[in-house]
Amino acid sequence: MKIVVCIKQVPDTTEVRINPKTNTLIREGVESIINPFDLNALEEGLRIKEKMNGELIALSMGPPQAESALKEAIALGCDSGILLTDRAFAGADTWATSYTLSRGIRRIGEVDLIICGKQAIDGDTAQVGPSIAEMLDIPCITYVRKIEEIDKSNIKAQRMMEGGYHLLESSLPALITVVKEINEPRLPSLRGKMRARKEEIIKYSAADIVCEIDSIGQMGSPTVVEKIFAPPVRDKGTMIKGEPSEAAAKLVSELKEKGVLL
Amino acid sequence: MIDYGFTEEQLMIQELARQIAEERVRPVRAQLDEEGSHSAEIMQVLAESDLFAVFIPEEYGGLGGGALELCIATEELSKVCGGVAVSYAATALGAYPIMLGGSDEQKKKYLPAIASGEKLAAFGITEPNAGSDAGGVETTAEKDGDSYILNGSKIFITNGGVADIYTVIAMTDRSRGARGASCFILEKGMEGFEFGKEEDKMGIRASATRELIFTDCRVPAENLISREGMGFILSMRTFDHSRPGIGAQAVGIAQGALNEAVDYASERIQFGQPVSSFQAIRHLIADMATKVEAARTLVYQAARQVDSGAKNISKLSAMSKLFASEIAMEVTTNAVQIFGGYGYMREYPAEKFMRDAKITQIYEGTSQIQREVIGLEVIKEAKFRDKK
Ligand SMILES: Cc1cc2nc3c(=O)[nH]c(=O)nc-3n(C[C@H](O)[C@H](O)[C@H](O)COP(=O)(O)OP(=O)(O)OC[C@H]3O[C@@H](n4cnc5c(N)ncnc54)[C@H](O)[C@@H]3O)c2cc1C
Ligand SMILES: Cc1cc2nc3c(=O)[nH]c(=O)nc-3n(C[C@H](O)[C@H](O)[C@H](O)COP(=O)(O)OP(=O)(O)OC[C@H]3O[C@@H](n4cnc5c(N)ncnc54)[C@H](O)[C@@H]3O)c2cc1C
Repeated sequence: MKIVVCIKQVPDTTEVRINPKTNTLIREGVESIINPFDLNALEEGLRIKEKMNGELIALSMGPPQAESALKEAIALGCDSGILLTDRAFAGADTWATSYTLSRGIRRIGEVDLIICGKQAIDGDTAQVGPSIAEMLDIPCITYVRKIEEIDKSNIKAQRMMEGGYHLLESSLPALITVVKEINEPRLPSLRGKMRARKEEIIKYSAADIVCEIDSIGQMGSPTVVEKIFAPPVRDKGTMIKGEPSEAAAKLVSELKEKGVLL
Repeated sequence: MIDYGFTEEQLMIQELARQIAEERVRPVRAQLDEEGSHSAEIMQVLAESDLFAVFIPEEYGGLGGGALELCIATEELSKVCGGVAVSYAATALGAYPIMLGGSDEQKKKYLPAIASGEKLAAFGITEPNAGSDAGGVETTAEKDGDSYILNGSKIFITNGGVADIYTVIAMTDRSRGARGASCFILEKGMEGFEFGKEEDKMGIRASATRELIFTDCRVPAENLISREGMGFILSMRTFDHSRPGIGAQAVGIAQGALNEAVDYASERIQFGQPVSSFQAIRHLIADMATKVEAARTLVYQAARQVDSGAKNISKLSAMSKLFASEIAMEVTTNAVQIFGGYGYMREYPAEKFMRDAKITQIYEGTSQIQREVIGLEVIKEAKFRDKK
């Protein structure tokens, strides 16, 4: 059983602020973390690996600094880490990102299961998982909250729905994206951390993964971002207190004053 | 950041223990304290992170560290919860007699399970009539064929009931006093080995403290550590190795309280300004921080001395435990003072640190007993110095 988990290094959004003048993220001093949903993906991959004696590979596309996310994945128990890194990959939108990752997976060879997080906390599109599946032409189960059964050729999983779930069965190879309800991610171990320090992260460039050069990076990205801006801060508003009848009267008179009601 | 000259491995231990303390212990510490319950779940997390392996030699499934590694992990856990920290450290205490005096077979049999965290350990010497006076042990071990029959009881045993492996002091020859004491390895579930009263404590409430009861408990002779009569010496050597760990617990508790106090003082506004802007508070904080740093340095030094294999470690070990525990009591009391009335309330963390700090002056030898150890050593050294 060969499993690939796609992990994205993201800024810790609990610390992110936006520069109100340029409307861009202030990245200085913000710590990079593994996308939290990808930690759930890693945990699920580790559990399957442990149960089925499989091989687990962490895969990421990103700048050279993303190596630290892959080291962390190894500290958690992944067998190896692969970083797709090349200037040509820069500026990728979800399409180009998915394409690049799918080519990276092809390069790895025969893979039985691919696990992605539900979405990345910075980009937030939730498109990359399903797009990879599409590009590899394999089945996809999104929003998995529980794997009921898995063996060499099949997977049966619960897809989370509002107020319930779908039970889906698929042949392998397949791709799943997971929600945080699926498990509680473990912490690294000392032995894992020591191994991670020594382990080389494999790096693939655009030339290594056999891809169409006009399908990667900015060139391969059909999306055009016109403008990025922070939504205007809303006023706190006023609270009208008192007896309901009095409060209602006050509200009506204020609305009239403002010309909302005539 | 102060550079303590830690190796990369030691820094990893520190980072990981800190992460566990923050992510897994902090959210539940108030609840564990309130309920007075030992957390098997947290012990499981420590186990999976290999933290129990840091003080065990590599040939027995450990990572080959020593007292300093144990201190680093204990300090980080104590910054958040002294109770969780002692459940961890007491396992090392229980393992020390085996590491220091055990045969290769005993080490092979017991240490790997301790290193993996699969089994917790405990050490039992204290009895109702044998506290500071360890020579007063009344539990007996009578040789019977190829086993010993233990009768008696131990009180106040940390990890009692939750540990699987117990190193216990019993008298094999009462007529010889302290020289008639021996150390045995007991396993939970042995016939005649039961658990009695569970203590309801002032602090470190997230740790289990329980009575051990032996009624015609048959222990195989191969579970005797070293030889008959070595029990007392083994205990003293064990404490020489483990006391810096209690010092580290004290430093962690003090630092944890100091951190909370500093944060609070910067936020609490009185007379139109944060209370940290009053010189009286600022200087109090300065003294607290200075003393914690002095204690920490002494603890690390003692741990390094232990790990160096030096022969005379009693004095420095006792000093580190004495000094750090007294500082912990002072600093945590002052942390409550900085919190004012809120510090006295259960809702805020300050009072827990103060309750937790107190035990560090009592167990593994009270402060008075540490002074006895130190005083005797200093006087002995003086005689030696004069002769030269
Ligand atoms: C400041 C900013 C500017 C951006 N500008 C553009 C832009 O100009 N054009 C545009 O199209 N997009 C833009 N994006 C989106 C960016 O390209 C996406 O972040 C990226 O394509 C991945 O999509 P996502 O983050 O929505 O991931 P999702 O689809 O939400 O991620 C789902 C899962 O896919 C996997 N995954 C996603 N990315 C990776 C990766 N790099 N490596 C490994 N696994 C991964 C993870 O398992 C993840 O949990 C911008 C994002 C930001 C934060
Ligand atoms: C929470 C907790 C956990 C514990 N865990 C363990 C454990 O895991 N294993 C274990 O074996 N024991 C354990 N103990 C026992 C602990 O080590 C003893 O309580 C301690 O050594 C003191 O003994 P005592 O309580 O009998 O006090 P006593 O010896 O009765 O002392 C009473 C007072 O007299 C003072 N005193 C006694 N003798 C002298 C002297 N010669 N000179 C000056 N002053 C003296 C003491 O300092 C103290 O102030 C634990 C105790 C507690 C409270």
